[in-house]
Amino acid sequence: MIALYVVYPGIQTIVYSFANAQSTKFVGAQNYTKLLSSSGFRDTVLTTLVWVIVAPLAAVLLGLLVATLVDRLRPGGEKTAKTIVFFPMAISAVGAATVWRFVYAYAPTGQPQVGIQNAIVTALGFDPVAWLEQRQYYLNTMFLIIMFLWAQVGFSMVLLSAAIKGVPTDTVEAARVDGANERQVFRRVIFPQIMPTVVTVYVTVIIGVMKLFDIVYVMTNGSFNTNVLATSFFNELFTNFNNGAAAAIVVILMIFVIPVMTFQVRQFRLQEANR
Amino acid sequence: MTSTVQPGPVATESAPSRLRRRRAAVGGTDEEKRAHWSVKLVIVIICFFWIVPAFGTLITSFRSESDANTTGWWTALNPANWGSFTLSNYHDAIVNAGLGNALVNSFAIALPATFIPILIAAFASYAFTFMRFPGRDVLFLVIVSLLVVPNFVAMVPLLQVYGNLGLSGTFVSVWLFHIGFGMSLAIFLFRNYMATLPREILESAKVDGASHYTTFYRLILPMSTPVIAAFAIFQFLWVWNDLLVALVFIGPGENAPLTVAVTNNLLGQQGQGWNLVTAGGIITMVVPIIVFLALQRFFVRGLTAGSVKG
Repeated sequence: MIALYVVYPGIQTIVYSFANAQSTKFVGAQNYTKLLSSSGFRDTVLTTLVWVIVAPLAAVLLGLLVATLVDRLRPGGEKTAKTIVFFPMAISAVGAATVWRFVYAYAPTGQPQVGIQNAIVTALGFDPVAWLEQRQYYLNTMFLIIMFLWAQVGFSMVLLSAAIKGVPTDTVEAARVDGANERQVFRRVIFPQIMPTVVTVYVTVIIGVMKLFDIVYVMTNGSFNTNVLATSFFNELFTNFNNGAAAAIVVILMIFVIPVMTFQVRQFRLQEANR
Repeated sequence: MTSTVQPGPVATESAPSRLRRRRAAVGGTDEEKRAHWSVKLVIVIICFFWIVPAFGTLITSFRSESDANTTGWWTALNPANWGSFTLSNYHDAIVNAGLGNALVNSFAIALPATFIPILIAAFASYAFTFMRFPGRDVLFLVIVSLLVVPNFVAMVPLLQVYGNLGLSGTFVSVWLFHIGFGMSLAIFLFRNYMATLPREILESAKVDGASHYTTFYRLILPMSTPVIAAFAIFQFLWVWNDLLVALVFIGPGENAPLTVAVTNNLLGQQGQGWNLVTAGGIITMVVPIIVFLALQRFFVRGLTAGSVKG
């Protein structure tokens, strides 16, 4: 079953990536050379890279911040705060898109702004901005990343919070007795002990971001330079009906993913060895 | 959040506030559990940022079309405007925008796509954990490495296979896809969990003459309930919230699930009022949020485990 679904199609995809749009004739590396020489595709790769660099790091840092802070609350407050940060995790990107398209909604100057971000900006006396069309410095991608963080920080927060709770209290107390301040306790005592979880979360979010499709698709459909690999794959497949190019994009994505995959498998093997 | 201790005026301290303080003292016996006000402030700000967007969506879904598209949702917070809330957006979304049908489709897709992999994977994991056969470890390692393979690797070839078999646009195509990709995660999780079960019980069952079949049904399956529940919730939400697979294999139309229907009928169309878009959004969220709130404990667990899904 798994061989049928993953191994066979995987090989078939590599084969298709060297064939023409209808997968009827081999065309050599043409799909790749065409893709790599098109400036649109290079922009797509760069935008994906921006996602991969910014989003996982931000998700881990923000998750770590929330996890550390809520750990200081009383249990009731901690549970409430965690539920609030965590609930967007349960809903789909489509649901989240209805939320965030509305936040970023734009109407020309002079018309009433129903999107809260533009309402705030105009209330402060500035002109309204079409947020998702701001391609300079990947600003619109940053707004999409903010939406991604809204949806995903809960995930890293929950895992990191569990890790922080697993830190033996006597190590923390010993450090406090020795006169360490809270920042030192966190950096020298807690952080080294939760490092494995931090790495796991980071890698997981990286994998998620590499395959990211739905947020970009429903928010901008890749326009205004927000295209990422997965959305361009989809558009090649269903807008341009070009199987060859779509398969080539998947193969390029695989090249990004394989190092991460190797890492993940090695981690798993280490765990097995320690058991 | 609201249980923050208020340092009320000492002389006129009222009963409720004293009670609150008592409770705080009980809950926060550990010295380090007493949060600094700045910590609380940061958390309140973060929670505020998390809630406000969703809250605006919820409010807007109850506003009339002209209100929602000409004034900000925050104006509806004024009690004077409370009379104009309406449920008609939900009626329009369900009946006219076809979300009622899509809701049924979402269930029709998500339920089998959740339970079939559980059945098969439970058998397979039993074999992986408790039986010896040649190539077992290699096979398991292959499954683990497949976990992180993005699922769209399989889309182009499977689209053609399904096309040849006449399965395009049917529920069966998505079921098969989710089963194929959910399975490696399920086997991975179940096997890891089963490996922690005490072997003595199994050995005594064997001594008592239990077959593999009996051992599986009477011992292993009941003992694995926590991990099966965790996977079930994770997989259900994953399938329910999935857009890409449904878009590729089913696409818009008769069989479209909620995610596709909302994207195409509401988000993709120009001129759909915010009142309808937000109502549609809330409809997609209702089921996952109920599942989440009801089964939060398992959900967190499933998510932890599901973090390896590719």
